Amino acid sequence: MNNSDNSNRHMISILMENEAGALSRVANLFSARGYNIESLTVAPTDDPTLSRLTLVTSGNEQIIEQIVKQLNKLIDVVKLIDLSETDSIERELMLVKTKAVGEQRAEMMRLSEIFGGHILDVTESTYTIELTGPGGKLDNFLNAVEKDAILEVVRSGATGIARGQKALHV
Amino acid sequence: MEPITGAEILVRCLQEEGVDCMFGYPGGAVLHIYDALYAQEKIKHVLVRHEQAAVHAAEGYARASGKTGVVLVTSGPGVTNAVTGIADAYMDSIPLVIFSGQVPTALIGNDAFQEVDAVGITRPCVKHNFLVRDIKNLAETVKKAFYIASTGRPGPVLIDLPKDITIGKAEFHYPKKIKLRSYNPTIKGHAGQIRKAVDLVMSAKKPMIYTGGGVILSDGSTELVELTQLLGYPITHTLMGLGAYPATDKQFIGMLGMHGTYEANMAMHHCDVLIAIGARFDDRVTGKIEKFCPEAKIVHIDIDPSSISKNVQVDIPIVGSVPNVLRAMISVIRDEKLKPDTKALEHWWRQIDEWRAIKSLSYRQSDEVIKPQYVIEKLYQVTEGKAIITSDVGQHQMWAAQYYHFDRPRQWINSGGLGTMGFGLPAAMGAKLAFPDQDVACVTGDGSIQMMLQELSTMKQYYTPVKIVNLNNGYLGMVRQWQEFFYQKRYSMTYMEALPNFVMLAEAYGHVGMRIEKPGDVEGALREAFAMKDRTVFLDFITDQSENVFPMIPSGGGQNEMLLAERDEMVSTHEEGMVLV
Repeated sequence: MNNSDNSNRHMISILMENEAGALSRVANLFSARGYNIESLTVAPTDDPTLSRLTLVTSGNEQIIEQIVKQLNKLIDVVKLIDLSETDSIERELMLVKTKAVGEQRAEMMRLSEIFGGHILDVTESTYTIELTGPGGKLDNFLNAVEKDAILEVVRSGATGIARGQKALHV
Repeated sequence: MEPITGAEILVRCLQEEGVDCMFGYPGGAVLHIYDALYAQEKIKHVLVRHEQAAVHAAEGYARASGKTGVVLVTSGPGVTNAVTGIADAYMDSIPLVIFSGQVPTALIGNDAFQEVDAVGITRPCVKHNFLVRDIKNLAETVKKAFYIASTGRPGPVLIDLPKDITIGKAEFHYPKKIKLRSYNPTIKGHAGQIRKAVDLVMSAKKPMIYTGGGVILSDGSTELVELTQLLGYPITHTLMGLGAYPATDKQFIGMLGMHGTYEANMAMHHCDVLIAIGARFDDRVTGKIEKFCPEAKIVHIDIDPSSISKNVQVDIPIVGSVPNVLRAMISVIRDEKLKPDTKALEHWWRQIDEWRAIKSLSYRQSDEVIKPQYVIEKLYQVTEGKAIITSDVGQHQMWAAQYYHFDRPRQWINSGGLGTMGFGLPAAMGAKLAFPDQDVACVTGDGSIQMMLQELSTMKQYYTPVKIVNLNNGYLGMVRQWQEFFYQKRYSMTYMEALPNFVMLAEAYGHVGMRIEKPGDVEGALREAFAMKDRTVFLDFITDQSENVFPMIPSGGGQNEMLLAERDEMVSTHEEGMVLV
C-alpha cells in the first residue's frame, strides 16, 4: 500500500491460468521489483481454467510499461489489459458498519440513500451498509460520514471491465 | 501399455529429451528416481559433493554446449543448497531443468522431515516452476519444463516431485509437441521496425555495436559477424557477450563497462547510433544512467520485451530472436545495396584509434613478483587462445575477460549477473564433460576457489581433467581494491590469513599441484600443466598483492570518466555513487 498520485493510477486486469501459485507469482513480482499495489482482487471466471485478477497500481509511464511487460512474462499470465488506457467501468464493493443511535439513525440512512447504498443489517445501535462504485465514490462516502461513527470498513478492492464491445477473453 | 512408476517415467522423459549427462545428489525424497537411474545406462549421472555445484556444473555444461542442463536434488537442504546456482542461471538466462524431491503429497505443509516449500523458495529466481500433484501430469510437465527452459529468453525451470508421485504408476506417453496458450516468444522481428532500424543504422556517422549474452545464447554469432563486417562498424561486448565476435579482429574494440577498455567506453559515450543486441543495459555497463550514451539514438534487439526500455529508453525496439532479426537486417542491406557513410566512418575510426593508442590495458611488468595480468596473457599464449575458460568472481574474472582474447562463442563461461563466487570450478567440470577433448581452464582466486573446493573430489571420480589457474594474492582482491579506493585503505575482512597449502590440497584429492612464485616460471608451469592432458592440475600462482583492475569507471561515473592505471589518482567517488555497488 502506498499513497499514490491518482493521475498515475492504473487498473490492470489479468486473465491467468487457474493454477496453484499463480497469484503468488503476481504478488511476488510486485514485491521483488518494488512496484506499488493499491489493491488486488482475484476470482475464478466462467472458464474454470482461468482466473481473473484485477490490480490497481501506480507509477509513471515507464514503470507501468515495465509492470505490463513483467506481468506478460509470467508463464501463467494468459492475457492482460490496462483498463486505464481504455474507456472502462470500475467498481468496488464496500461494507461499512456504522454507529446508529438517536439522530444518527436518520442521518445515516439518508447518506446511504444518497450514495445508493443498501442497509444490510440493523441493530439497535448499528447499521451495516453495502455500497458499490468506483473507489473514489466509496472514499467520498467515508469522508461524508462522521469519523467517530465508523466502526468497521471492508473493501473488496477495485475490479473493472472495458466499455463497449471490447472484451478480454482467450 | 504397461503402467510404470513415476521415477521410471521421469527417466524415460529425460531420455526422450536426449539428456546424456546430469548432475545431482541423492537423498530420501529422490531414492526412487535414483533407483530408476541405476537401471539404465543412457544418462550419465555425476555425483557432486554439494548441490550448489550440481547446478553450476549443469550451467557449465549448458553454457559450453548450448544444451539444457539437468539437475536432480533431494528435498529440503538439497533444494536450498541449489538455490544459489538456480539464481545464478536465472540472472544469466541459462537453460536448466532442476528436479527436486519433495515429501509425499500427504505430508506437504506438515513440516515433515526435510520439507521445504521448494516452489515458493525458488519462485523469484526461476523462469517457471511446477509442483507435480498427479502422476498423470508428470510427463507433460517435464516436456513443458524443457520447452520453457530452452526457448525465448532461456532460464531455469524447477519441477518439484513429491515422493509418492515417483512411486505411483501410470502409462507413459511423452507428448511430441507442446503448446502453451500463455507462452509464445516472439522470434521474428517486426518488419517495420527492422526497416526503421536499418535506416538509422545506415545513417550513422559514429556508430557503435554493443552486444551481450543474448547473442551467445541464441547462437547468433555468425549473423553478428556478418552484419558487423558488412557495416565495418566498431563492436564491443559485455562480460557475458565475449566471444560472439572474434576478439582478435580489428573491429573489436574490447569489452565495455566498469572494467572495459578506454576505447570501448569512449566510443559508447560519443557514438551517435547505438545498436544494442541481446544486451540488457546492466548497471555494470551503463555506469551512471543519466550520462549513458548522451548523443546516441538507440536500436535495441532483444527476445525479452521486458529488457527493452527497462534501464535506458530506446528509440527503435525490436523484439525477436537475435539471429532472426540480424538476418532480416542483413538482407535489407544487401538487397538494397545500402552503403555506410565511409567518409564519416573513416573519421570515426581515426578517433577510436586515438583512444586505442592510450593502451588502457597496459600494466607494469615485474621481474620480482608475478603480475596477475601476465598469467592470463601467458595462459592465452600457451593455449593458443583455444581453451574454454571458466572463471570465478572477482579481480581474476576481470583480468581473464580483459587479457584472454575470445574468438568464438561459448568459450568464455562466467557468472556475470549474480556474480557467484564458487562458480568457476564446477562450471569447468561441466564444460569438460560437454567437451572432453578440449582444454578447459578455470581462472580463479584464493577466495573463490575455497567456496567450491570439495568438487576436486568429484573431478577425480569422473575424470574431468581441467587446469585450475589460481591467482593467489591472499586477499579478496576486488573488495580490497574498493576498500583501497573508497574506504581509505581500511581493509576490513579482506585478508585471508592461514590459506591452505593448495599444492598439498590438490594432491590430497589425487590431482597435481604446482606453486609458482616467479614471473620467469609462469610460462613453463603452464606448458607443463597443459601437457598433462589426463590430469587436473592446480596451478597456484602467487601474485602481486596490491595489483588493481584497470581501467575503471567508479560507481556513479559516466563512461567518459574512466580511471587509468597509474595515470589517474583514484579519488573517492561522489556520494551518490557510494550507494551503488
